Amino acid sequence: MRCRRLALGLGFCLLVGTVLCTLWAYADSWLPFSYIPYYLPCPEIFNMKLQFRGEKPFQPVARAQYPQPKLLEQRPTELLTLTPWLAPIVSEGTFDPELLRLIYQPLNLTVGLTVFAVGKYLGFVQHFLESAEQFFMQGYRVSYYVFTDAPAAVPRVPLGPGRVLRVLPVQSHARWEEVSMRRMEAISRHIAQRAHREVDYLFCVDVDMVFRNPWGPETLGDLVAAIHPGYYAAPRRQFPYERRHVSTAFVADGEGDFYYGGAVFGGRVDRVYEFALGCHMAILADKANGVMAAWQEESHLNRRFISHKPTKVLSPEYIWDDRKPRPPDLKLIRFSTLDKNARWLRS
Amino acid sequence: MQVVKLPRMLYPQPRVLTPSRNDVLVLTPWLAPIIWEGTFNIDLLNEQFRLQNLTVGITVFAIKKYVAFLKLFLETAEQHFMVGHRVTYYVFTDRPDAVPRVALAEGRRLEVLRVPAAARWQDVSMRRMQMLSDFCERRFRREVAFLVCTDVDMRFSDHVGVEVLSPLFGALHPGFYGAARQAFTYERRPQSRAYIPWDQGDFYYLGGLFGGSVSEVHRLTTACHQAMTADRANGIEAVWHDESHLNRYLLDHKPTKVLSPEYLWDEQLLGRPAVMRKLRFMAVPKNHQQIRN
Repeated sequence: MRCRRLALGLGFCLLVGTVLCTLWAYADSWLPFSYIPYYLPCPEIFNMKLQFRGEKPFQPVARAQYPQPKLLEQRPTELLTLTPWLAPIVSEGTFDPELLRLIYQPLNLTVGLTVFAVGKYLGFVQHFLESAEQFFMQGYRVSYYVFTDAPAAVPRVPLGPGRVLRVLPVQSHARWEEVSMRRMEAISRHIAQRAHREVDYLFCVDVDMVFRNPWGPETLGDLVAAIHPGYYAAPRRQFPYERRHVSTAFVADGEGDFYYGGAVFGGRVDRVYEFALGCHMAILADKANGVMAAWQEESHLNRRFISHKPTKVLSPEYIWDDRKPRPPDLKLIRFSTLDKNARWLRS
Repeated sequence: MQVVKLPRMLYPQPRVLTPSRNDVLVLTPWLAPIIWEGTFNIDLLNEQFRLQNLTVGITVFAIKKYVAFLKLFLETAEQHFMVGHRVTYYVFTDRPDAVPRVALAEGRRLEVLRVPAAARWQDVSMRRMQMLSDFCERRFRREVAFLVCTDVDMRFSDHVGVEVLSPLFGALHPGFYGAARQAFTYERRPQSRAYIPWDQGDFYYLGGLFGGSVSEVHRLTTACHQAMTADRANGIEAVWHDESHLNRYLLDHKPTKVLSPEYLWDEQLLGRPAVMRKLRFMAVPKNHQQIRN
């Protein structure tokens, strides 16, 4: 009698144990990543008093010949050039490059450009840098910051005067989503440790793209976002915002201005620091709840740009997808994707 | 300006393929907004501004007979100018006792600044630059974040708010907004510091409305005052006095916002063209002969 009960009891325990083990193994492989503390926030940078390079006062513009701006003009086909909060939307025809050169050149600015080339993405660096040498902020001091897990393999591309390349090591990760989201952490840490002393403005872009036309001081502003090429004509309910309440990147129906692309953002280095840090904290909060936003850090970037509006917006000329047919309103594509096979890259 | 976090707000979506105005230019070639009705969402801008807890200063000069304009100016300002925000009126006058008592809303106050009066009206106009420059140093820097410097013989007739605020702004003269630059009444004699050649110039700005951050207004007024002093030493007076020098300054130091002629209009002279959806700040009809002597 007792033997049988014992056997039954043991059998039952074994069964329950097996079920639990199976469930655990199943759950572990089903969750996108494991628990916190996965990586801790960066306490050492939180309390740092960053000495930014400081604002440059207005300088008088040298005299120049240029056509008079026409105040009264009938324009049937055109893009919106001013957001409702009075941030310019930059596209070809809205600005005079020569005039901007006269305004910005005397300020002796240094502009930083960050890219992440982890794993196979290192293969894009050569073409990216060559195109940047041709088109990005010509005539200004530029610091390229290439974040990679293989610093020795970064190609040496000849750089013009006043332009330097800095290679920064980062960890590689099994999942590409993880690599993507960690960029906000890396950018804010990098600014805190280095870039705040080296540059006045900073842009953070994707590496699997090339510059095709001039990208100049028309893009400089306190906090700069770029309109995603896939959604510039769509109503806001179709924007691929994160729609789950549980995420910190949640955007409700009826909220939202534009869908901004995660591939391009920037601004004054102190504003970029705040912005990236804010996104990073929101990503961490999601992690603590076991959530990953629909489009990774792009979802968080979009959430943050609703409550911290950009002071300048770049039209899709500055963040284009070559696979899309070009509409007549976009006259000059300046920065666009390099055709690639996504699956090959992300494996 | 500080970084602020906006609360959740509901408003229509801006559409990339739909310009807010297709009858006027809303962005200068140096990417400064030109403020017209329809280009901005005032609720958004008000919220952004409110969160920063800043004060706007507005300066007027009521010298000699011009004190008569103060009552209407102040009363209409209370109705239309920066409503809901902290405002300090700075009234420069040689007749402090003639300054009317106007009821001011919460968060708004009036400071009377006694200054001497010049004999000629041209000098009264030009001295404004020097006085503004002085007071920027002495007081404004500590008391307000932005300054709006205007003429006094005006009345507010519609909303004038935080959409104008930026480091440096000028306003388009209502008489010249459609004109070619050769028709602008810039100073054309090379001997003057205000000289602008025929093939140069963006807009013709008004001497009667400009502003910005205290440091930029200080820089502007100091530069204009110095230029006028240099001209006086050379025995020349610019054709439109401080306005000529302001135009030269804003050609060399591009403003970060430009106000459309909605922001200073004369209905008697110019009527009401279709392109003016709102007339916000208007000249009060006056007898020039009478008032200037």
